[in-house]
Amino acid sequence: MDQFLQQMVNGLSLGSIYALIALGYTMVYGIIKLINFAHGDIYMIGAYIGFAATTYVHLGFFPALILSMIVCAILGMIIERVAYKPLRNSSRITVLITAIGVSLLLEYSMMFFVGAEVRSYPKVLTNHLFHFGGVRVNMQQIYILVTAVALMILLQYIVTKTKTGKAMRAVSIDKDAAQLMGIRVDKTISITFAIGSAFAGAAGVLVGIYYNSIDPLMGMMPGLKAFVAAVFGGIGSIPGAMIGGLAIGIMETLVAGYGNSMYRDAAVFAFLILILILKPSGLLGKNEREKV
Amino acid sequence: MKKSLVLFLLLAMVVSLAGCSGSGDKNGGADANEIKIGINYELTGAVASYGESSVNGILMAFDEINAAGGINGMKIVPVQFDNKSEPAEATSLATRLMTQEGVVAALGPATSGNFMATIPVAMGNKVPIISASATADKGVTVDDKGNVNEYVFRLCFNDSFQGVTMANFAFNNLNATKAVIIQDNSSDYGKGLAENFKATFEAAGGTIVAHEGYVAKDKDFNAILTSIKGKDFDVIFIPGYYQEAGLIIKQARDQGIDAPILGADGFDSPVLLELAGAEALNDVYFSNHYSSIDEDPLVKEFIKAYKEKNGVEPNAFNALGYDLGMFIADAVERAGSADPEAIKDALAETKGFVGVTGTFDMGEDHNPIKSAVVIGLENGVQATSVKVDPN
Amino acid sequence: MRVLSKKNIMILAGLILTFAIVYALRNFGILTSFHEITIAMVCINIILGVSLNLITGFTGQLSLGHAGFMAIGAYVCALINMELNSTFGFILGVLAGAIIAALVGVLIGIPTLRLKGDYLAIATLGMAEIIRVIFLNLEITNGAAGLNGIPRYTNWFWLFFFTVTTVVLISNFINSSHGRACISIREDEIAAESMGINTTQYKVIAFAIGAFFAGIAGALYSSYFYFLRPEIFGFLKSIDILIIVVLGGLGSITGSVIAGILIAVLTAALQSFAALRMIIYALLLIIIMLFRPQGIMGTKEITDLLNFSKRE
Repeated sequence: MDQFLQQMVNGLSLGSIYALIALGYTMVYGIIKLINFAHGDIYMIGAYIGFAATTYVHLGFFPALILSMIVCAILGMIIERVAYKPLRNSSRITVLITAIGVSLLLEYSMMFFVGAEVRSYPKVLTNHLFHFGGVRVNMQQIYILVTAVALMILLQYIVTKTKTGKAMRAVSIDKDAAQLMGIRVDKTISITFAIGSAFAGAAGVLVGIYYNSIDPLMGMMPGLKAFVAAVFGGIGSIPGAMIGGLAIGIMETLVAGYGNSMYRDAAVFAFLILILILKPSGLLGKNEREKV
Repeated sequence: MKKSLVLFLLLAMVVSLAGCSGSGDKNGGADANEIKIGINYELTGAVASYGESSVNGILMAFDEINAAGGINGMKIVPVQFDNKSEPAEATSLATRLMTQEGVVAALGPATSGNFMATIPVAMGNKVPIISASATADKGVTVDDKGNVNEYVFRLCFNDSFQGVTMANFAFNNLNATKAVIIQDNSSDYGKGLAENFKATFEAAGGTIVAHEGYVAKDKDFNAILTSIKGKDFDVIFIPGYYQEAGLIIKQARDQGIDAPILGADGFDSPVLLELAGAEALNDVYFSNHYSSIDEDPLVKEFIKAYKEKNGVEPNAFNALGYDLGMFIADAVERAGSADPEAIKDALAETKGFVGVTGTFDMGEDHNPIKSAVVIGLENGVQATSVKVDPN
Repeated sequence: MRVLSKKNIMILAGLILTFAIVYALRNFGILTSFHEITIAMVCINIILGVSLNLITGFTGQLSLGHAGFMAIGAYVCALINMELNSTFGFILGVLAGAIIAALVGVLIGIPTLRLKGDYLAIATLGMAEIIRVIFLNLEITNGAAGLNGIPRYTNWFWLFFFTVTTVVLISNFINSSHGRACISIREDEIAAESMGINTTQYKVIAFAIGAFFAGIAGALYSSYFYFLRPEIFGFLKSIDILIIVVLGGLGSITGSVIAGILIAVLTAALQSFAALRMIIYALLLIIIMLFRPQGIMGTKEITDLLNFSKRE
């Protein structure tokens, strides 16, 4: 029993990382229907900014986190402005290819400048250990889960209660109609990218501290899995991304712990295909009828 | 229309630029005072760090040789390409180096799989290839039918030697009878080590109580560790590389697993300490090509020179790369000519080559006969080193 | 429609000429074995590009898992080839690899092709990833170490033969009534369905044909490069193939042929750039998408440009 509970703790902490990335993913996809492949790489850049801030400038945890979020937000806006905005009326596959191009560009530019070697963070967070019976939980796991939940609540608040959030929802439903209503579509999309990227940056810093290992290609797999999480939760739904992320994390941990750890990635993708076939709108997503 | 013109010009520019640099290399080949040596390494892609480290070592050796006047007055010119960590690229680059660039020998790639992909090319073009770190047992210097690949050499021991060494070490030195293996399944390296460890350990009377796997770039091992924590075992053997091994050690110690952890030369990197942290690196043992606490003046000198040049401690790939650079230069000097055939013979006849990673003779099967050391870590620092000779 | 029309004769003459020129250059030693690798990659790229174009360009189903089918063809052919080690074994391997890839294509296509757009893209990506993980864990494929010492039977003749066969068969398919049905799905799936076209059936057919030829490409690859490893067929390989299709133009066979050549030559040319290569590659990709998103050819074919009358 202790072992099972420990596995749940492992799964939750892995899942909160996916959830953090998935939150940004689901926002961006919700508004411009683009699988932003570069999202996972913004997470990687965030991790490196946090690394530079803590290692070379000796900032503490929170200043480094904020700095990383700001830089990533700006980076996200630049990417949107330069690479995606000119293609707003192009076919989806064109934009998708561009996103893949941006993703490769970020990965390999980073590899060019910092090298392929893995880096590790200095100790910026205490790693106090708590025992609950036979189950061990450390401080960092709690930090990650709490940050993920806090950011989810913040995001949900922005989207449902603020004017910007209203604009976002309007743009995601019908861009042209939103424009006619006086909403500045470009600005709204820009803000969405900024927020989504800032979240990815935060995730990067947290992961850097938690696993103590960052590298230029670290964004690839988590990026894809976060997308799976977003789809599972219902794309465009913020609580959905959270639930999806945690579910994927737990599922992966259970496959690795009780099945064969070699099949954990395959299991995630098999699961994705299952959801897409059985319930393509995801857990909390809205079912959209296609109109002629 | 204008846009497509711009695009076309841009494409044309890239292609012609690439063409220019290619032809530039070719013209340089006519110089009789130069010896061209191919460097076919993983500079980008999945295992770029091994390639980068090896090339650093090789270039350092070449710089030293050239600064000292070269080989018989001839300068070594490295012809360096990136194989993207892909075997198909490695094949195509080996072909390019041998047929286009006219190298007398090619060094690398670093990993066994990529190195093996270049073997048919070397055999076909009759140009020797040497790897400093392709440790796979099968299919490297000896083919499937047991014939020696005439133009293929390496200057490291192979995985079976390391696997056997660590199994004996666990059984005899640590008195372990029950072991867990957590193996890197994405590399033939992990597989070869695990097989040999298992066979030797079980033959000695030990049992393997759990055999888990992971793939390169995994970061979360808590699930595996939690599931083995419930089992009864004496040691954990991790056949894999430091990027993941460092994280496994850290997460294992965090979970309260304090059994000794064993590994092989893939552990050797300062990064292992960064990833795992000093307090986790106790009771950790691994086999290696050389030990930095070795009192040998040659080793000390190399470490000092490398630190001065690069600002960091050298890892095993650096040391092996450095030896590789020195080794090929030594062979060219002994061959007395820039003829690949003569160099091949010189490589095969090597006796008593003195390198940072040990002194060796080249064996009949083109594998060096050299010893390994088993290094023990205490608080992340090398505290013990036991030399193990080949039998 | 006559078989020996002026157009067909000219195409045939062009093909024979191309074959003869490369053959002669190789025999005179002007093309070295390094050039030959690029030529092999050109042919493999063309087969991959054209077959994916059928799925993505003509039928409009975005697939990010083409490397998975290529992997199946490669492994099946390699295993048969290593067992028999003869030209017969090679041909048998190529066909068996292609057929098994097509069967897997049908199996996977039936459930996933009900999905649309980006969802299909991710589902196919996941499928390719699953195929790769299975090859990584199977005993017969030798796991991560992969297969080594695969006999080389792929030569210029077979490369040329299979490339031409692929291009001819796929363009004939597209010009048939089945092909038109596929194109109608790309243009408007709902309209196509209301015209009585069984869209799922045609999507699966296109998917299976695409998988079949990807299997051939994989088989040629395995028998050219001596070795196979699961990591060759990762996500990036699927992206490489997609780049060929998009660069050439979605819905243009000619475009895929041109882009297949271009990408192979570019990859070879950029070898000298070492660490910078992937950056240049990514930048090129973005710039092309920004300035000419319809690719080199759009949906035009070379026959359109040469002013042949469209229907003879």
